[in-house]
Amino acid sequence: MFDIIERRIRAGSVVTEDISSLRTAGHIKAPMADDRCDMCGRCVPACPTAAIRTDGEWQVDVGRCLWCGDCVRACPRSAIAFSRDCPAVTERSALVLKTSTPVPGPALFEEKKRKALSRSLAIREVDAGSCNGCEVEVSSLMNPIYDLERFGMRIVASPRHADMLLVTGPVTRNMEGALMKTYHAAAEPKLVVAMGTCAISGRPFGGGYATGNGVDKVLSVDLFIPGCPPTPQAIMVALMEALGRL
Amino acid sequence: MKPYYVELLDSLPVTPSHYAEVRGRLHMSVPDDLFRPLMAHMLTKEGGELSSLYHFHSSDRIIALVLVPRHGTVVIECVLDSDTYPSLTAEMPSAHWYEREIMEMSGIVPLDHPNLRPLHLHDWPKNEHPLAPTFPLERKVDRTGETYHYRKVDGEGVLEVPVGPVHAGVIEPGHFHFSTVGEPIINLEVRLGYVHRGIEKRLEGCPLEHAIRLVERISGDSAVAHSLAFCQALEGEQEVPERAKLLRCMYAELERIYNHLGDIGGMATDVAFAVPAAEATVLRERMLRLNMEITGHRLLWGAIVPGGVSKDLDALRADRLQGAMVELGFSFDPIVDALFGSPSFLDRVENTGVLRLTEAKELRAVGPVARASGWDRDTRRDFPYASYKSMGFQVQVQREGDVLARLKVKVGEVRESISIVKQCLDKVQDGEARVDVTTPQGQGIGIVEAPRGELVHCAHFEDGRIVRYKIRDPSYCNWPTLEKAVLGNILPDFPLINKSYNLSYAGNDL
Repeated sequence: MFDIIERRIRAGSVVTEDISSLRTAGHIKAPMADDRCDMCGRCVPACPTAAIRTDGEWQVDVGRCLWCGDCVRACPRSAIAFSRDCPAVTERSALVLKTSTPVPGPALFEEKKRKALSRSLAIREVDAGSCNGCEVEVSSLMNPIYDLERFGMRIVASPRHADMLLVTGPVTRNMEGALMKTYHAAAEPKLVVAMGTCAISGRPFGGGYATGNGVDKVLSVDLFIPGCPPTPQAIMVALMEALGRL
Repeated sequence: MKPYYVELLDSLPVTPSHYAEVRGRLHMSVPDDLFRPLMAHMLTKEGGELSSLYHFHSSDRIIALVLVPRHGTVVIECVLDSDTYPSLTAEMPSAHWYEREIMEMSGIVPLDHPNLRPLHLHDWPKNEHPLAPTFPLERKVDRTGETYHYRKVDGEGVLEVPVGPVHAGVIEPGHFHFSTVGEPIINLEVRLGYVHRGIEKRLEGCPLEHAIRLVERISGDSAVAHSLAFCQALEGEQEVPERAKLLRCMYAELERIYNHLGDIGGMATDVAFAVPAAEATVLRERMLRLNMEITGHRLLWGAIVPGGVSKDLDALRADRLQGAMVELGFSFDPIVDALFGSPSFLDRVENTGVLRLTEAKELRAVGPVARASGWDRDTRRDFPYASYKSMGFQVQVQREGDVLARLKVKVGEVRESISIVKQCLDKVQDGEARVDVTTPQGQGIGIVEAPRGELVHCAHFEDGRIVRYKIRDPSYCNWPTLEKAVLGNILPDFPLINKSYNLSYAGNDL
């Protein structure tokens, strides 16, 4: 035991990510076509989830994006890059980005709930069929580097203790019942946040015999956090902004 | 033909109707009445292990992949004459879950199977089979409302404790149905399938450049292993450049390291040993950031592509990687010392969750779980792929089969992985990181050692498209052994035992 104490004294504290660096580095970057694009449309079939459309204006549905970069490589003019700031949103339609769409301001939770929960948020994570990538990143939030608890947010063991459900996965047929029970077990005021591409649109698993097309098909979602998986910084910034604290 | 296959064919008790050596594997086909005796011979007399078992609708055959470590790979096809065949499970328990899956997914009935309940399909009518060619991918099937009957233990004072599917931590969903008398567990039934997404069906007909994106997401923390198995199945005997092979080894070991660090931290968390747990999570975060620097993704997604790797390693990154491995080696030791030096920690992990070697062999455990119970096996050594043949590493084996043994195996493997990455960095020379490959016709098989154990993809290609894709994650082999390992342990030790296994639910359910 003493050697542990000695080591911790010698090592000093672990550098925890400062809130100001989170503010700048926090948003995930979505793919976007710049003015070199001539709408040849080669990126459209290159995308595994058909997230890109070139009818009218170049647009990408970030809720379907896997961040695989196949569109970037397919463009003969190198016009596509992961350059577009992409914060979390409260409306699903706000994840369809065109070159002309301005970057939205921070998405906020509804005012009454924000007032009640902003300084103390109990989160229950529910995996409704994800690949576990999002779970790796959510559990990273509890490490000393990100330290979610310094913001008064913590992961709790039961929906009965929860203010917010953080849901991942397309909602598989087999998890739908459990997800609904978990939702109803939480008391008001409560929030539902869908994180990750498959929770937002079901892609790449959705629409089959075994899966749904995203959490908002079964529950009313208050916040969509894009990413595949979203980085811990993106999750933290999304929650802090939605609570009105950043 | 390979001498071993010639000897094998001579020693068989039954004569196959057809046999041939294809891409280094021995393929045999037999009529359904000879399937069970041939499989029994392979598994009990020849030292073979059942690595995968599935139905291929195009040829209407049951296909068994049997691996004979250090000797060869055998594919046995059972030619079906009806929609039934004699079940293997009563004699060969490792076939248990495969046969239930064949029944529910393809509608072929294994006769005399001791327990034909559905596996992945919950609340699902018995006459709908998703992998049947007539079943469209998007069909929505009505729920039956039937309850699933768990094995009941009769007796006074027996308490049934249902846990899940939503669990208390940040973890995937699954149901554990315990029967306890007081605190000791006298029975456990694991019921999974909650994360079933129908990936095998979705891969059929999927264009190959899109398929790999789905394959990476079968189990997000084994993306390198799954995509490597996919690429190996596709590449067949086509040569991948040396540089690419070394980089593939490197990325696979980086994946192993971050997974094991997470497990070690998880075990410390589950016994509330907070300081080493926190330190392990910091090391893991450093590894995830290193993955980002080296390949552009924290979980190494997109790094492995058919023909090589997508991200080459420049001199700057190679230096950074070398430094990070040295640093990791130094930072890792004190955490391990803290764990092994704490009597109260050892008290929790010693003799907890013992999986005996006989049980591990009967159910065919793989990976660190098997090695911790005394089984000397590792796909990297026994069926080498990428550059593993030229790597020097020690397979970590322990004997006790308890949580401590699994911890020791994982600790040892982190150190071996650090050494393998350094060896790759030493050996890597200029060359191509990727070449074009053509799509094969017929069957392709990819076998790798994922962080959790032996992982197998059996693919069938026709005219550049996938017509059947069987994925067998290592967790599929290990989940049934968990039911044995918990017996006699107290219920509060279950999270620790489960964490020492750290199996994938998504990889199992597909």
